Formats: sequence, C-alpha cells, structure tokens
Amino acid sequence: MTETTSRVHLTTSAERLASFEPVLDVRSLHVFYDDFEAVRGVDATFGRRQITAMIGPSGCGKSTVLRCFNRMNDLVPGARVEGTLTYHGMDLYAPEVDPIEVRRRIGMVFQKPNPFPKSIYDNIAYGPRVNKMKLNELDDVVQQALEKAALWDEVKDQLDKSALALSGGQQQRLCIARCIAVQPEVILMDEPCASLDPLATAKIEDLMQELANDYTIIIVTHNMQQAARVSDRTAFFTAEVDEAGVRYGRLIEMDDTQKIFTNPADQRTEDYISGRFG
Amino acid sequence: MSAVQTTRAPEPVLSLAGKGESVGDRVFRYLLLTGLVVAIVFLVTLITFVILRGLPRLDSRIWQNMPTLRKPEMAGAQSAIMGTIWVVGTTALVSIPLGVAAAVYLEEFANPKRRVNRLIELNIQNLAAVPSIVYGILGLGIFVRGMGLGFTVLAAALTLTLLILPTVIIATREALRAVPQSIRHGSLALGATKLQTIMRQVLPAAIPGIATGQILALSRAIGEAAPLLLLGGLAFVTFNPDGLLSDYTVLPIQIYNWISNPKEEFRILASATIVVLLVILLAMNAFAIYLRNRFQKRI
Ligand SMILES: Nc1ncnc2c1ncn2[C@@H]1O[C@H](COP(=O)(O)OP(=O)(O)O)[C@@H](O)[C@H]1O
Ligand SMILES: [Mg+2]
Repeated sequence: MTETTSRVHLTTSAERLASFEPVLDVRSLHVFYDDFEAVRGVDATFGRRQITAMIGPSGCGKSTVLRCFNRMNDLVPGARVEGTLTYHGMDLYAPEVDPIEVRRRIGMVFQKPNPFPKSIYDNIAYGPRVNKMKLNELDDVVQQALEKAALWDEVKDQLDKSALALSGGQQQRLCIARCIAVQPEVILMDEPCASLDPLATAKIEDLMQELANDYTIIIVTHNMQQAARVSDRTAFFTAEVDEAGVRYGRLIEMDDTQKIFTNPADQRTEDYISGRFG
Repeated sequence: MSAVQTTRAPEPVLSLAGKGESVGDRVFRYLLLTGLVVAIVFLVTLITFVILRGLPRLDSRIWQNMPTLRKPEMAGAQSAIMGTIWVVGTTALVSIPLGVAAAVYLEEFANPKRRVNRLIELNIQNLAAVPSIVYGILGLGIFVRGMGLGFTVLAAALTLTLLILPTVIIATREALRAVPQSIRHGSLALGATKLQTIMRQVLPAAIPGIATGQILALSRAIGEAAPLLLLGGLAFVTFNPDGLLSDYTVLPIQIYNWISNPKEEFRILASATIVVLLVILLAMNAFAIYLRNRFQKRI
C-alpha cells in the first residue's frame, strides 16, 4: 500500500539470516533497580540488519534489557547494570563511553508515540540539529527520513503542522522517522504497536521489513503473532522465582524465529508459544 | 456450576428512575456555593465601593500630575505609577532568571533522595509563607545598609525579588513537572544532551506555566507596601525615578499616604488610585492568560 514509488529489492528473512554479523553482544547481563534484580544472567547476540524480537510475559525484563543497549537505564535512578555489553566489540559501559554517542548510533522508538509538541518538520530535524550533523540540506534529510518511514506522502503538504495533530499510527511512524534522521545503525523498538489499531500496526510491520534493508532492529513485543510475522530471530524471556522466593527475569532461549515457533528447544518456550502459559 | 447456567437473565428494566439527589447531597452543594458567594460578594462590594468613591478623580490627572499637599485638586500619582513600573520591572528582570535557574536545578539536576535537597525543598515552601515585613527587615539590613544601596529602586527591587522568589520557584517547578517525562526521554534517545533537552524541549513546553506563575508573583509584588515602608518608599516623592539608584515611591505607599490624610479630597484620590492599581493588576493577569493561551495554541 505504501509502495507509491518503485523501491529497491527488499531482503527476505531467509536472506537476512544467511549471514550473521554480530552487532550487539550481551554476556552475563544482570540489571538491578536498587536491590531488586530485574534481569539475571542474560547472554545474547544480535545480528546486523536482522530483526530480532524479544518476547515473553509482562514484567520479565524485556524493556529493561532493551534500555541497556542505548544506556537509557542511566536515566532511571537506582538502576545498575552488570555484565558485558558490546557494540561492534566496544564495551558500551566503559568509563570513557559517552551515552550521547551511544544513543546517536542506537536509536529508540517508545511504546507510546512521543512526538515533540512542535511541527512535523521540527520533530524530524531535531535529531540532526542537536547532533550538529554536517548537513547541506536539512530539508532533504527531513524528506528522506519521512520517506523511509512511509509517512512522506501523508504529510508532505503539512510539514509545519503540529505533530500532535497526527493520528496515533502516524505519530509512531513520525517517531521512527525522527530516529532515522539521526542515521543510527540500530533501532530499538519497545512494543511500538501496543497503542495502535490493527491497520496502523500492519503499516508499522510493513515498514519494519523495509527498514531491515538498512538497519538492525530489535523489537520488544508481547504479541507472539507479531514476533512471528516480522522477526528473523526471536529471544524468549520469562520471569522465574528462585529458591529464595525472589522473582527475576531471564532469557530462556534465542534462535531463528521459524525454529522458536515450530520447534522450540525448551518446554517453557513451547508452553508460552502455544498459549499454555500461566 | 449448573445452577449458574440455569439462572435466567434478569427481566427487562422498565424504569431507570433513581432516588435523585438526597437532602444531604443538596445541603452540601449549597454549602459549597455559599463559600463561593461570600468570596464574590466581598470582592464585588469592595470594587464597587472603590470605583464609586474614586469616580470624581478618575481622570488623566492621576497619571499626569505629581503629588502635592497644597492643592488636592491638582495632585496626581505619576511618580508612584512610574516608581511601581521601575521597581516591579526590575524585580521581574532579576527574579525571572534566578527563579527559573533555581527551579531547573531542583527539578532536573538535584537528586531528590539527598537529604540536602529535601531540606532545601522544604525551606522554599516555608519561605513562601514568611510575612513580607520580615523581608523588608532583611532588605534593610542587607541591601540598604549592608551593601550601602540606600533607599533606592534597586534595593526595593532586590527585596521584592527575595519576597517572590519562593513563589516563582514553586510555580516554575510545577510547570517543569507538568512536561511529560516521555518528551525528555524522546529527546535524550535522539542523542541530545541534558542541557539541549532542557533548553529546547522542557523549557519551551513549560513557558506558559512559568509565565503564569511569574506574573502572579509579580502582581503580589505590585501590591506590597509593608516591606517597602522599611526601605524608604515612604518619602514624599515629586519626581519620577531616573535609574536604579534613584529615590522612589510606589502605588500602595502613595495610597497609604493619602488614606491617612485628614482631607476628604485626598481620600477620594486614594480610591481613584486604588482603581488604577487594580487595573494594572487586571492587565497583568490578562496578559498571563493571553500568554498561556498563545503558547498552548502554538503547540
Ligand atoms: N524504573 C524501574 N524501577 C524499579 N523497577 C522497575 C523499573 N522498571 C522496571 N522495573 C521492574 O523490573 C521488572 C522488569 O520490568 P520490564 O523490563 O519493564 O519488563 P517487561 O518490559 O518485560 O514487561 C519488573 O518487575 C518491573 O517491576
Ligand atoms: Mg516493557
């Protein structure tokens, strides 16, 4: 539906899985909120230009893990991250690392669309402006970002209109465009369709397939069908209770989406997938 | 279990009539209304009285003439009007940056878990409740004598700044807190620094609230006579201020002087001057509302 102009060939999931080039790597990750250990011992690797879904029941730490990748947990008072997270082999939590630089390369789309109370144009231009990117033509950057987010045709005549006047689905695509305008390599999405209707959701899912041509996408979703539809690889998290009665989140298994949904290695995954969970 | 299944659906409802408002509900509603009526009645009485009484002198003489004791019919409040503008204008210039800076620090940087910050917060609330005469004494000690500013516009403005600063800080913090956290996160996630986020997102979004709080605080400052009585505002001034280090008088003090004058003409003049003060206050509040609407629409 969004294909008004002819686009380059879209990679298929099989093509994207054919080569695996690690971008983000997590080793024995533990995340604490004050004394509460929300995530215990996660090991995972995320491939370049692949869509990886993180699924699992509510409260199992999916968002917590996701926020580690762009250092957004730094903003949560009392949050503490242990373990090793590397981005192209660089330690994301090394003392000399500037979280601002991390967030420029690893962008984020939030659960609830959060456009700035500014015009559509200023929303997109915000990232390039604050990052003082060398831009000959800001107008072009804005247009390209909106095109990539499949929003250009809908808003090209009203760029100076308030972004808050857009529909929820448009707002979320605006947020994706805003993220793209900074030219990140990785896009983190935390339940990006949770507040959208099915049509708007379908548009975002289509969009993700197009974005996978250029970007590495990690999406948190509690919607298993969505994970099955859009992702190349899937990580299944769940919450468990240890001998001491303490609840914590952990990664059960991570594999090609096809395999997770047809032939999971772990019984808990199978129970969750088949709806036998809780 | 089967009993549940055989239970019949309820008969269709034939009437939706209810008990209506109970006596208790009604009494309570009237009590609330009474509170409102008392407040309004007093206000309207006051304003009507002042306007009626001041009517004979409500003309251009008030702002065109200087005060004089010998010819009441020629007396005006120009020096007090100009003095008020000077003092309150200076107060605004000093209190806006100070208040906003303090509020931004407390709201965006200070760790609320630290004891010092909680103490500061509590004290700001307390300071807002300190009687204004105490600020007058403080201003007299620090600005007039300590810093040797004397009885000047500057000393008065600095004292009024201290007086309204707690209110300004509290109102500004409220405005900052009303900016959704998702805006800050959205900005930071795009690689903006904390300072950029505050300057480009948080403050602009908070401007309506900040402006409203600031103007309301300034309208309090405009009506203050007590602290300024201690700061040399009492003098009989027949010239306009010509700078920050000039002598001055302000409207509330001028009014106070005339009211205590035995001549009837001066009391009428006082009423007329009160109307001028009220109009200035009204204009400021209207401006606050205009600002709020304007910025809200732009968003
Ligand atoms: N800011 C926070 N402060 C304290 N606890 C938190 C915070 N955010 C999340 N948690 C806790 O961490 C656990 C994992 O939460 P979250 O990562 O949001 O789970 P999910 O995204 O899988 O639903 C939950 O038990 C939640 O209560
Ligand atoms: Mg979540």
